[in-house]
Amino acid sequence: MTGTALTGMMIVAAGLFATGVFGVLARRGILFQLIALEVALSGPALAFIAAGAYHGDAEGQGMFVLVLTLAAAEVAVGLALFLRIRRSKGSDDSDAVSGLKG
Amino acid sequence: MALIAAALAVTRYNVVHALLYLLAMLLALAAAFFALGAAFAAVLLIMVYAGAIVVLFVFVVMAVGTSPQAIAREREMLQRSWPMPAAISVLVAAPFLFGIGEQAAGNTAPIAAQAVGRLLFGPWAWAIELASFLLLAGLIGVRHIGRDRAQEPEE
Repeated sequence: MTGTALTGMMIVAAGLFATGVFGVLARRGILFQLIALEVALSGPALAFIAAGAYHGDAEGQGMFVLVLTLAAAEVAVGLALFLRIRRSKGSDDSDAVSGLKG
Repeated sequence: MALIAAALAVTRYNVVHALLYLLAMLLALAAAFFALGAAFAAVLLIMVYAGAIVVLFVFVVMAVGTSPQAIAREREMLQRSWPMPAAISVLVAAPFLFGIGEQAAGNTAPIAAQAVGRLLFGPWAWAIELASFLLLAGLIGVRHIGRDRAQEPEE
């Protein structure tokens, strides 16, 4: 793996993360925001893998496994919250719960 | 490829379309992992993300459904308020792009799954323990959040 390839992969990773951030900020549907969060998490995952491959080290993939467990837990909790909000507010809009104790 | 699919995934108005583009992005990412010599990570990505997480999303979409007026409202909201988040994400991405310099040629050999396993269950055993705590906390949290009603699509 060349340095140029690493640079390209890092640019792709940054682009993925920025796209995910855009999605989280721009969308209002909670389901869409969760999907965008997945996109944003895959950026750092790609960066870990690329850096691990570049340095010939298994630690990149080790971190990737941890990122994967984080994503799994986050999605499970997020979807449970989504269903709960939808039941109690009758809406899938994240602005519906903008007030605490509302 | 992954970038195009990601951009499409966060701008679709229909949940199912967004999910399909998320899947396309994940598969492109897995192909990139294979090309980087991380076959183990690529297989894990396909199995856990494409297999489990997307199916979880599909279950929720199935339980909830999408109405045409919800799609219309989503479209209206995204068209009204996209410039500010776009500017913020460009600001987020800019330091990455300018901070990356040219590196010397690195390693070329692929990393075997054996090495990953030896790392994870040797010096990084604490990290595995933390990950299992995280998953357990997630499980209990989901159980608690979804408790009051009879229907529980997760876990």
